[in-house]
Amino acid sequence: MDKPNTYRGGPNEHGHFGIYGGRYVAETLMPLILELERAYEAAKADPAFAAEMDGYFKTYVGRPSPLYFAERMTAEFGGARIYLKREDLNHTGAHKINNCVGQALLARRMGKRRIIAETGAGQHGVATATVCALFNLPCVVYMGQVDIERQAPNVFRMKMLGAEVRSVTSGSATLKDAMNEALRDWVANVEDTYYLIGTTAGPHPYPSMVRDFQSVIGEEVRGQMQNAEGRLPDALLACIGGGSNAMGLFHPFLDEPTVRIVAVEAAGEGIATGKHAASLTAGKPGVLHGNRTYLLQDADGQIKEAHSVSAGLDYPGIGPEHAWLHDVGRVEYVSITDAEAIAAFHQCTRLEGIIPALESAHALAHTVKLAASLGPDKLLVVNLSGRGDKDLDTIARLEGTTL
Amino acid sequence: MSGATRIERRFADLRAQGRAGLVTFLTAGDPDPAVSAAILKGLPAAGADLIELGMPFSDPMADGPAIQNSSLRALAAGMTLEKTLRLVADFRRGDDATPIILMGYFNPIHAFGVERFLAAARKAGVDGLIIVDLPPEEEGDLCLPARNAGLNFIYLTAPTTDDRRLPRVLENASGFVYYVSITGITGTASASAADIGGAIARLRRHTDLPVAVGFGIKTAAQAAEVAALADAAVVGSALINCLAENLDADGVAEPGLVKAVLSMVSDLAGGVASGRVRENAR
Ligand SMILES: Cc1ncc(COP(=O)(O)O)c(C=O)c1O
Repeated sequence: MDKPNTYRGGPNEHGHFGIYGGRYVAETLMPLILELERAYEAAKADPAFAAEMDGYFKTYVGRPSPLYFAERMTAEFGGARIYLKREDLNHTGAHKINNCVGQALLARRMGKRRIIAETGAGQHGVATATVCALFNLPCVVYMGQVDIERQAPNVFRMKMLGAEVRSVTSGSATLKDAMNEALRDWVANVEDTYYLIGTTAGPHPYPSMVRDFQSVIGEEVRGQMQNAEGRLPDALLACIGGGSNAMGLFHPFLDEPTVRIVAVEAAGEGIATGKHAASLTAGKPGVLHGNRTYLLQDADGQIKEAHSVSAGLDYPGIGPEHAWLHDVGRVEYVSITDAEAIAAFHQCTRLEGIIPALESAHALAHTVKLAASLGPDKLLVVNLSGRGDKDLDTIARLEGTTL
Repeated sequence: MSGATRIERRFADLRAQGRAGLVTFLTAGDPDPAVSAAILKGLPAAGADLIELGMPFSDPMADGPAIQNSSLRALAAGMTLEKTLRLVADFRRGDDATPIILMGYFNPIHAFGVERFLAAARKAGVDGLIIVDLPPEEEGDLCLPARNAGLNFIYLTAPTTDDRRLPRVLENASGFVYYVSITGITGTASASAADIGGAIARLRRHTDLPVAVGFGIKTAAQAAEVAALADAAVVGSALINCLAENLDADGVAEPGLVKAVLSMVSDLAGGVASGRVRENAR
């Protein structure tokens, strides 16, 4: 494939990144998506919108999040200097809040009176419920029954924040089914409802809009690394569910040829077992949830269930921009199993006193491999996308205890 | 009109007879391929003027529980797109007049391969396609190739499709226009006759294509109301609910299932027939 002049130019006016992305939605929703695109373009061009968002980032989310030099990890792994981008320190405990502040402000500008969202781990649901409390908007969160069971603390948090959590039992009762149900809600409530998608997926303009709201992560890293080391990092690493924390970190660096970029998919019980969530490693291009991208599917085009110990990565697709970056070869995509992620979870906890989200632990698990392969003069940034408080039940259960 | 498709011929006939048509929707392979074939075979005699056949999909985002479950039943019974096309081919051996429209989502066709699918669909005797998640913005994927292959591509229009947008939706539409009468998923609310009447009048200002109305038509009386206004009434979830009521606890068809579904079709056809006595030519 020809090398593009820039890796940051997408999507085109049709919402396509190469052959990926697009607007594959029912006609009922098409006018709404076009309205959203117009509203987002207008907001983007309005300095007042950026200023408003910035204000909430600083005083509500707690930005900038620190870039922390992980001294013990660096010593232990014996290679590159490892920096952790501490999105876990954000209000609500993950990067998800960045996007929620942006979209909630947009929804308010658009005069929408009701917010709906899908959630997997519950981090996006909590972040959505949080901004809805802040802006006094009614909120309905769709969540798969399986995820409700494994992320009980987040369900409780959403309810305390005033959101209604609707359990989804159709299909595999996880994130993809929650997204189906949210889309069904939206079709039935077109007048007043804003659908706040939690990752860089869905129909155009969501993938690029969510990326833009999350790009604050990478922008900050640029400046912070300049301050700490006086130069650009050599490698970036992030986990991928739909791809938002990864796009947020990566996007500002895509056109820096010296920066190696690696993303980590969930290999679940192992790619060979078929029980995984590695759409790029083991999927094929197809169309789901409004965009063309790599999907886990069978020969008949039926979507397969994803499997991961981490609810936030348990999705059979991936954002379309990642699909494109994969095909053009700008970003490397690797996968990490449940067992490797759990080991990294414990390692980070004991070495650095930071309990990471199981999602982020996938990125940490690959850090061990990558850091050692790079020299000690190299700088590696890992996106610590969230904190692990929500996963304590899961970890305890795996160890045969209950909290 | 030798170049016309079965869909175009059927609507011309209906117009000549001064009546509206009944369009039935059932999912291919629901509850299993054999029973599904038996229902399909009986539909024209029971009064279906056009047949929509759902291509089962694991993630039917625009459908309510009735069609979701019907899709899952068909998939559990081993249905695939290949078998759906075979079902149509078998039907065509006994009926060369009733139009068949495949309805569903794009991904199974994408996986099958667009060109290969269009050739196989033509050969099987498919007349048109309704693909819920392919709006005109993505027409290059299937709509334009389908038209080149001689298949009608039927677009959905919704209450949210305003006058500014309608021309874009209708630009490459053919066969008929499917008006989704509610903002919502299948099998839920019903629109009022007044709203439907207004919407059809608006559509007719933009197109000469026949207009079929669907979503929320559950009874013969509702079908009659719609038939008074539109060129066809589409019934899906209500038929599928009838089918589901005739399954035993294990999801296996009870002996009376085919008869029950077809008798409901006759009932609806009666409603459609009573809905309008209309001047023979518009
Ligand atoms: C902490 C954390 N990291 C990562 C993800 C994966 O999402 P994305 O790939 O959009 O960053 C989630 C999703 O819930 C999450 O909660």
